[in-house]
Amino acid sequence: MADHPEAAGGMRRRLVKAVVVLVAILLMSGTGQAGGIQPDEILADPALEARAREIGRELRCLVCQNQSIDDSNAELARDMRILVRARLQASDTDREVLDYVVSRYGDFVRLRPPFKASTLLLWFGPALILAAGGLAMVLFVRRRAGIEDSLPPLSEVEQARLEALLGDRPR
Amino acid sequence: MTGLPVSSKAPPPAGMSSGGGLRARLPFLIPLVVLAVIAAYFYVGLGRDPHVVPSVLIDQPVPDLALPPILGRDRGLTTADLKGEVSLLNVFGSWCVACRVEHPLLMALAEQGVVPIHGVNWREPTPEAGPNWLDRLGDPYTLVGADPDSRAAIALGVAGAPETFVIDAAGMIRYKHTGPITPDDWERTLWPIIRKLQAE
Repeated sequence: MADHPEAAGGMRRRLVKAVVVLVAILLMSGTGQAGGIQPDEILADPALEARAREIGRELRCLVCQNQSIDDSNAELARDMRILVRARLQASDTDREVLDYVVSRYGDFVRLRPPFKASTLLLWFGPALILAAGGLAMVLFVRRRAGIEDSLPPLSEVEQARLEALLGDRPR
Repeated sequence: MTGLPVSSKAPPPAGMSSGGGLRARLPFLIPLVVLAVIAAYFYVGLGRDPHVVPSVLIDQPVPDLALPPILGRDRGLTTADLKGEVSLLNVFGSWCVACRVEHPLLMALAEQGVVPIHGVNWREPTPEAGPNWLDRLGDPYTLVGADPDSRAAIALGVAGAPETFVIDAAGMIRYKHTGPITPDDWERTLWPIIRKLQAE
C-alpha cells in the first residue's frame, strides 16, 4: 500500500512535502549564514553562543580577507570559530579572546580597526577631506561674490545688446 | 570669452592679491599635490600582495606547542624541541599545492644538513594523508607534529600553507616566509638570515 498510495491523496501529500521543503530552503537562505557557522559548532549555552557571534563578527577571515570568520566557509575560519568558543567555555572574557587572536595575527585580523595613533588618519581622514572640501567651496563662493560686487554696472549699450541677444532666443 | 578680460578692466577682486607669485599659483598647485599624494598611496598600496600579512610574532618566542606525532611516528613536536639551535619551522599539508612546489628544495636542504627543518602537518583530511605524502615524496623533516584543528596554525598566526619560520637558538621567531620557498628566496633571504643567526 505504501508504494501505491491512493492517487489523489498521494499527489496532495507530495505537493505538501514540496512546499515544506521549499519554505525550509527559503527560510535557511534568509538567515544570511549560508556559508559560515555550521550547526555542529553552535554552543548549547545560548548566552555563550551569542558572545561567540559577537566576537566572530569582529574577526577577519585570513583566507577570504573581506569576510568575517562567521560568514566565511573557509576551514581556517571554522577552526577559528571553534577556538573562540573553546576559549569562551574556558571562561575567557570577550576581550581576552579578541586579544589572543590579535596577538597572533595583528590588528589586520580585526574587521574594525582599533583607535590608536597609527590609525588616526584612517578614522579622521574622511572628515578631514570633507572639511577641506567645504572650506574650499566657501572660499570659492566668497571670492566669486567679491568679483561680482566689484564689477561696474552694464553700460546702456551693453544693456541694449544683452536684451537684443536674449530677445533673439527662440521660445 | 567676454568674461575673461574683466579682471584687467576692473580693480583686482578680493582674494586675489596683486602680488601674484605663489598665492596666484596656489589654486593650480593644490590639485597637483593632492594627485601626487594619491599616486604615491596607490603606488605603494597596489604593489603590495594583500595575502602577505606582516607577522606580529617576529622577535617573539615560539608559542606553546605540544603537537602529537603524525600517524606511524612516535615523536611529535613541542616548543622545547625548537630551542638549542637555529631551525626552520615549516607549516605544510598534503592538500597544499604550493607545499609540493617547495618540497624538493626542503629535501635538498635536509640532505645538505645546513639547518634542521621541523614540520607542522596542518589540517590533513585524514590521519594517513600527511604520512602518506611524506612516504611518497620524501621526508625532509627532523620532527613533525600534527595540527588537525589549526590550534598551532592560529597560535603561529598562519593564514595559509606553506609558511616557514626561522627560529633562533633561544626559541625566538626571527623571520617568517609566506608561500613556497623558491631557490631565489633561499639564496637571497633565508640563508643569509640563518647564517647570521647561527653565528650569533
